[in-house]
Amino acid sequence: MSEEFSFVGKPTAKLDAPSKVTGQAIYGHDMRLPRMLYGSILRSEYPHARILNIDTSRAKALPGVKAVLTAKDIPEIKIGWARDHPVLKAGKVRCIRDEIAAVAAVDEETAQEALELIRVEYEELPGVFDPEEAMKPGAPVIHADAPNNIQEKMRQSYYHGDVQKGFQESDVVIEDRFRLPFVTHCCMGTSFCLASFNPSGDLTVWSSTQMPFLYQRDLSMALGMPAHKIRVIKTTIGGAFGSKLDMYPFEPICILLAKETGRPVRIAFSREEEFVASPTRQPVICDIKSGARKDGTLTARQVSMILDNGAYSSWGATTPLVMMLTISSLYRVPNVKYDVVVAYTNNPYSGAMRGYGNPQATFVLESHMDMLAHELGMDPMEIRLRNANQPGDVTGQGVKITSCGLTDCIQSAAESVSWKQKRAKSGNRGVGMASMIHVGGGARIYPSDGCGSTVKVDDFGKVTLISGSTDMGQGADTVMAQIVAEELGVPVENVTVINADTDITPWDVGAHASRTTFVAGNSARLAAADAKRQILEAAAESMGDSVQDLDMKEGRIYRKGEPEEWIPFEKMVRSKHFQLDGDVVLARGWYEPPTEKQDKEYRGNISAAYGFATQAVEVEVDTETGEVKVLKIAAAHDVGRAINPMAVEGQIHGGISMGLGYGLYEELMVQEGRVLNPSFADYALPTVLDMPEIDSIIIETDDPAGPFGAKGMAEPACIPTAPAIANAIFDAVGVRIRELPVTPEKVLKALKEKQAREEEDR
Amino acid sequence: MEAMTMKLNGEEVTVHIKPDAMLLDVLRDELRLMGTKEACGQGECGACTVLLEGEPVTSCLVPALKAQGREVMTVEGLASAGELHPLQKAFIEHGAVQCGYCTPGMLMSAKALLDRNPHPTEEEIKEAISGNLCRCTGYVNIVQAIRAACAE
Repeated sequence: MSEEFSFVGKPTAKLDAPSKVTGQAIYGHDMRLPRMLYGSILRSEYPHARILNIDTSRAKALPGVKAVLTAKDIPEIKIGWARDHPVLKAGKVRCIRDEIAAVAAVDEETAQEALELIRVEYEELPGVFDPEEAMKPGAPVIHADAPNNIQEKMRQSYYHGDVQKGFQESDVVIEDRFRLPFVTHCCMGTSFCLASFNPSGDLTVWSSTQMPFLYQRDLSMALGMPAHKIRVIKTTIGGAFGSKLDMYPFEPICILLAKETGRPVRIAFSREEEFVASPTRQPVICDIKSGARKDGTLTARQVSMILDNGAYSSWGATTPLVMMLTISSLYRVPNVKYDVVVAYTNNPYSGAMRGYGNPQATFVLESHMDMLAHELGMDPMEIRLRNANQPGDVTGQGVKITSCGLTDCIQSAAESVSWKQKRAKSGNRGVGMASMIHVGGGARIYPSDGCGSTVKVDDFGKVTLISGSTDMGQGADTVMAQIVAEELGVPVENVTVINADTDITPWDVGAHASRTTFVAGNSARLAAADAKRQILEAAAESMGDSVQDLDMKEGRIYRKGEPEEWIPFEKMVRSKHFQLDGDVVLARGWYEPPTEKQDKEYRGNISAAYGFATQAVEVEVDTETGEVKVLKIAAAHDVGRAINPMAVEGQIHGGISMGLGYGLYEELMVQEGRVLNPSFADYALPTVLDMPEIDSIIIETDDPAGPFGAKGMAEPACIPTAPAIANAIFDAVGVRIRELPVTPEKVLKALKEKQAREEEDR
Repeated sequence: MEAMTMKLNGEEVTVHIKPDAMLLDVLRDELRLMGTKEACGQGECGACTVLLEGEPVTSCLVPALKAQGREVMTVEGLASAGELHPLQKAFIEHGAVQCGYCTPGMLMSAKALLDRNPHPTEEEIKEAISGNLCRCTGYVNIVQAIRAACAE
């Protein structure tokens, strides 16, 4: 299929790789501006306390300190989608992240020393650290306007069909509770912000934000200044994975320090601060009841979740909106009910993290699929094939599935791990699988899900794509360049991509929902097509041909059917320019996916395409130690079309390492609201030694709406891994772990319980 | 402040530093060589790896004065005479770079390996970068790139 293309479908080195391998790439942390000051933040000592007094006098007196701010020095500002998050805290603190004071000083050392000179008097309050406890009468009240500690805006109820009827029609019904933990992004580049005002009061912010335009708007609202006086420049980003999808207190704090001092101020978190203060993945307590007929057909799925909102509301609390897609639409399920309640606690709050709730929901659902299969005495692969989504399905939630390679994914992944030969064998090895569905063509959760692009072609044949999209290291820029090169008909080396400067680039909602290749790609394609039209029209006029008879490929303009007689395209650009009524080549594209906003019952086709994947895993379990060794992961991903197969594989490998960590190794230990393991020494991030053999299988279904058939696939890579591992463990040694991570302790405990049950039965 | 001289990327360099300064901070803040990154400051992630007398060290924990009179190589010293080092070329060609924050540290750990062992096994490659954390790539293409660079 890809032979017809010059650049699409070819493994292409990333445009930014050369500057990164030479150390030339400038990340936010590398930036130094003249007169720049270093900012630091004093955080709460207690997870729940009244602030009685803050004495900053000694800090202010420290030589080198240029400003110290507390809540009384700034207007009252509350941020976050629920506007419940004060930027600097007064009156009380609600979690150990709480920002009480901020310092700007001439160097990092002084900024940190000043924090130690700030005296805060607290009156400790009883805290609550579990969402179920928080909802009980008599629990400490965290926000006065939520006396029952419930974040009412995220209380959700979804249904399609009738689950009670569905359960009545079932031959098997099972019920279980699952728990998903706190884990964190661990971007190698920590949280960062650099802010500078010019004398007219215009603000420039250098940020690692994934959403420059929404960030611009959030800043405007937080600071009470018009958005047109704010310029957001995205620096080279040292990893994001969703952590940079919101605006957090440290950012307006940084800007307020810049305003106060009249100098640029930079805040960069230490690693410890990153572990403590950067938002986590949303933990979930989930009760699920599933029903099926004896032939394996799913009948009903009833899910209820309790979410720990933490002290303030960030994107974590909104993950149910994404989990709903999986719960309503992963596999064909005629009857579904899904209820969520979100409770405030004095724990740290959660944000967006790769998959945005889908890893949590998929762990529950895909564990339960295997458990249903077990009750029915069915092969877990068979039950999935029987219920697999097919192209053309419209699910109960109104999700319109167009391209869908799920069946192919299941079969390919299974074959790669020799499923039939390895399943249900004696010994300590086993195989397991899990699938997933995720949006792959944008996600209409904001009034606009679009992206704008402009393409300019200069007199020398240099093509510049100016895009609203955000590259956070995943390789979006390179994919855009390939798309433009292919559509316009120029060598990919001619294409430069400029993005993420809100003064220059057209609007884009942000890098989330795996939407960049699809939405920004389609936008770039439209702009490139416009540029091609302008060039061919100029050529037609110049050559005396009609436009329909001409084409352009790899920088050459020729008459169709006579490709050997070509002229360089830049010659046409020059001749169009250098004449009395000439013009330059300046093209535009705006793409808004043809999707629906959800109605009040959460129904609607919010994406223009959906991605599917199956990962199959072989594990070996050491029954003496409980250790699980992952021998191989086969990852079959329906990506529509792999525009850059090397980048697609890179996302699969990286996603698997994240899913592996989620399944077996990672947990941010939060006890009484405090992070106990805020360092790489104590937080088990997978190293190269933990990685199994990976077989990446790219399934191409040529999506009708995607650019050259492509769909988003970057989040999907980390979604099925953990449940596939849990399922493989069950196949290997017959124990079902319902809480992540699957630690050796949990496996040993489960093995002992299994042994005890078996002895009882004798 | 103390004067300190070292041979940095092949050149004699003298800087004036606080006696308790770490090598990483001297490289970045005094010498403006931003290629070497700080990602944890506690010697646990390998992002700050440089070569000290050919040995890979986590420069965030190495007192700068330890480099007095010694040879130091950073990522900026890998390319020579305008030519990228085979490791750098391989990283580009094999998709071993995503966000790139771990990349300089990975390259230096790999260089140290190839200098002492020009034909390492895959196990030896993994051992050599086992102290370099990466969150983006899953390490697969990094190992492949290092193998490819060995073949040159």
